Amino acid sequence: MNYMNKSIKELHDDLINGRVTSKQLVEESIKKSHELQDECNAFVTILDDVEGVEVNDNLLSGIPYGVKDNYSTKGILTTGSSNTLKDYVPFFDATAIDKLNSAGAVKVNKTVMDEFGMGGTGTTGHTGVVRNPWDLTRICSGSSSGSACAVAAGVYPYALGTDTGDSIRKPAAYCGIVGYKPTYGMISRYGVFPFASSLDHLGVLTRSVEDAAIVVDTMKGIDPNDMTSWDSSHIKLYESLENNPKGKKLCYVKEFCDISNYPNADENLKAHLENFYKTIDKCRELGMEVEEVSVNRDLLNASYSTYVVIHSAEATSNMSNLTGIIFGPRGEGNNYIDMMKDHRTKGFSPLIKRRFIIGSYVLQAENKDRYFNNAQRVRRLIVDAWKDLFKKYDAVISPIGTGPAKKFDDLDKKYDTNTITLDEHLQIGNFGGFPSITIPNGFVDGLPVGVNITGNCYDDVNVLNIAYALESSMEYKGQIARRFHHE
Amino acid sequence: MNKYKVLIGLEMHCEISETNTKVFSGAENSYKDEPNSNIRPVDMAFPGTLPVVNKEAIKKALMASLILDCKQPEYIYFERKNYYYPDLPKGFQITQETKPAPMGIYGRLEYECNGEIKVARINNIHLEEDSAATDHFESYSTINYNRAGVPLLELVTEPDFRSADEAVAFLETMRSIYQYAGISEADSMKGQVRCDVNVSIMDSDKDETDTNNWGTKIEIKNVNSFGGVREAINYEIGRQIALKESGEYDSMEQQTRRWDEESATTIYMRGKVDAIDYKYFVEPNIPKYKLSNEWLEEIRKSIPTLPNERKEKYIKEYGLSEVDAKTIIKDKKISDFYERVIEAGGDVKSGANWITSIILGYLNKTEQEITDIYLTPEMLVEIMNMINEGKISSKQSKDVLNKVIEDKKEPKKVVKDLGMTKISDENILRPMIVEILESHLELIEEHRKGRNVFDFFVGQVMKQTRGQADPSLTAKILREEIEKR
Repeated sequence: MNYMNKSIKELHDDLINGRVTSKQLVEESIKKSHELQDECNAFVTILDDVEGVEVNDNLLSGIPYGVKDNYSTKGILTTGSSNTLKDYVPFFDATAIDKLNSAGAVKVNKTVMDEFGMGGTGTTGHTGVVRNPWDLTRICSGSSSGSACAVAAGVYPYALGTDTGDSIRKPAAYCGIVGYKPTYGMISRYGVFPFASSLDHLGVLTRSVEDAAIVVDTMKGIDPNDMTSWDSSHIKLYESLENNPKGKKLCYVKEFCDISNYPNADENLKAHLENFYKTIDKCRELGMEVEEVSVNRDLLNASYSTYVVIHSAEATSNMSNLTGIIFGPRGEGNNYIDMMKDHRTKGFSPLIKRRFIIGSYVLQAENKDRYFNNAQRVRRLIVDAWKDLFKKYDAVISPIGTGPAKKFDDLDKKYDTNTITLDEHLQIGNFGGFPSITIPNGFVDGLPVGVNITGNCYDDVNVLNIAYALESSMEYKGQIARRFHHE
Repeated sequence: MNKYKVLIGLEMHCEISETNTKVFSGAENSYKDEPNSNIRPVDMAFPGTLPVVNKEAIKKALMASLILDCKQPEYIYFERKNYYYPDLPKGFQITQETKPAPMGIYGRLEYECNGEIKVARINNIHLEEDSAATDHFESYSTINYNRAGVPLLELVTEPDFRSADEAVAFLETMRSIYQYAGISEADSMKGQVRCDVNVSIMDSDKDETDTNNWGTKIEIKNVNSFGGVREAINYEIGRQIALKESGEYDSMEQQTRRWDEESATTIYMRGKVDAIDYKYFVEPNIPKYKLSNEWLEEIRKSIPTLPNERKEKYIKEYGLSEVDAKTIIKDKKISDFYERVIEAGGDVKSGANWITSIILGYLNKTEQEITDIYLTPEMLVEIMNMINEGKISSKQSKDVLNKVIEDKKEPKKVVKDLGMTKISDENILRPMIVEILESHLELIEEHRKGRNVFDFFVGQVMKQTRGQADPSLTAKILREEIEKR
């Protein structure tokens, strides 16, 4: 039996017509979860005793899916892949989970992530590293590592992710699938463990643009528990999908897309950018206009530090509730301060501690204007620069990263500082809250690579339609990591 | 003492008690419930929970800002004040920094101190969430999260007070404004009002408008009653003068002290170098909110009658004395009681008399509030009417009032149980008296001869009516009937 490689619509059709039951789908998905767990370590929890449900008209009903382990799931262990919450079982569901429950969607596992979403390698979770299903010696990237891994491996058609810098869109690219984060506030963040609240987005990892639209249609909506959520009831992503790319205007930014920026480029980077330009040609063939634009290089160079300063500051504050007193394992000590120190010292990985130190440093009275306030100013300038682009263009198209997923062995290698902006520019989508989607656009060195489309706030339909048209013109839609291709 | 001038500034924290729910949480805002029963996940900072602003709390904060003649902000937003403490489960407090945009800046308030009108400048007023309440015992501490997230208004004055009297008079005025505006009960017994006090002294002959001449600012934290504020200020003035006199003042560092009620002294907490860096930044989960003039106007119009306006009305419309008017408005609950007495048809002057001379005395003696006792304004009016109608004497009325309160019974029932209702119906009394006279005709003869038999007849009437006959009416009928014979 091999249903889990199919799209949501195909599965719904099979369910409605009685070719398969929800119970059978769930069983297959759980079986595949265990197989993948042995190879890739993608899950914190596999929900072995989950049962199928009765199928209704909702496209998601009866179909299994995965949940990143920072979404609160009532009665189900939710750790954020951190030792500080290794035994934490929420007593309420995140709003997005609530909505999927109501739709009849069936969660079958909780996926490994970089601890609390911090980090882009999938190596900092408390249950160990997540391996790339295309090549076990490589990372999935992160932080939605387990979700990307499982969707790529065909465990189910979709898994939930969160994205603070590129945590949905980058692992999607490295796993050869689709990763979509809609406009900030379209999906309520209530019940999802925060990393950096002003940058945190919810979203989904799928194997097609259509599936991404279907899932987000269900997840989104204004929520009285999240003041930053907004009413998107007039936006129907799935219904609005149309393959009509003629006349769409795209741009790409010369300062990080052009190979001439990288005098030390290796073969992978060259191949990756060549492939990107092929995708641009494809866009033109489809009748879209694509132009090269130039953005102030100093501004772009400041982008990554800006991201580090803002997210570290917010994360330090957001995670101050993790004391092990009210929830999480109690630390040892004679008083609450010692208990808290013990809990936090033992609980957090070194990467997080480093960011807490940066966060505290940039907020200190004597540093705040120089670092934190300036970072806010630069954020505003970058967002304004992108909004200027959106006055003329429907979307910005860009290559993701410097090639395919890195090998675990290469993680400690110093990397070319010239490529920082190329590697980190997706964060601009978080600065502005822009809708942003990654789709696979080919292979480099036998491994998948991706391309990103980012548009203006509230313009999700346009962004999805550009991605939808482009996806239809390429052959990577619905692809499953080849190691796990059960034919 | 006259060698030195005192500069006092206040930070008055007052819980907004009159909203249904907490300031960023849907949990009930209630002081009296079972500990740890009014809690939503966000109050204990469970992961993923988010603050949601209570519009009613904002409205009340803006109302206070308007009453204090402050400038309101263009946008409302909140900030995080980051620090670790067991009463603060998030590890930060959502508050507003003093600049640039709390609920109000640069206001003023007139208040009366020892018969003089004074003005205090308000630096700012801001809205924040209260922390949980902690209690410390010998070997353990308890935390009550019911208080976590209760809306709290912090009002910061300029150092405009020159004595403890002025500071306390200001606080009392503010308290009654909070009460009258329906913002808070402002009850220090319930921990709703807490103050920090800044005290410094300077040489009297120097110009106080030049801040260079000011002394070293000492902040005294956590003074939880107005009596405490008075004592703490006076203690601190004495302490600082002593340092001046001994020549140690100049080496005293700017510092934070706390008021210790038991020893009635201020105790060193920390110096300026140990000041906590709260690492403020804008709360990202609460979007900036543009404050509209329409809403502000709506709030301005909804400000209830404030104590001074009521006082004016009592003096000008009701003809009360200044002293009585002030006595009544001092406590909003008393003033509300008085207003209801009038609404129920009670006379304005005798209503005021009852309250100021009898009821307040009783409340003071028994340490109760007017809302704690059984007597309602309607019951008081009923008692007042009984006197007017001659049903009870004014002397009896005081006993009736006492019994109503003590026995928790309606006035009518008290009067009946005490057998106080007078028979003042002539149709009952006259036939009764005629009958008594007819059966003692011989005594009427004696009467004519000059013997005093009047008291005997009164006695007979009282005997038959078990003392309930109206004495003056009885006497009148008796005289008339004896005359006839």
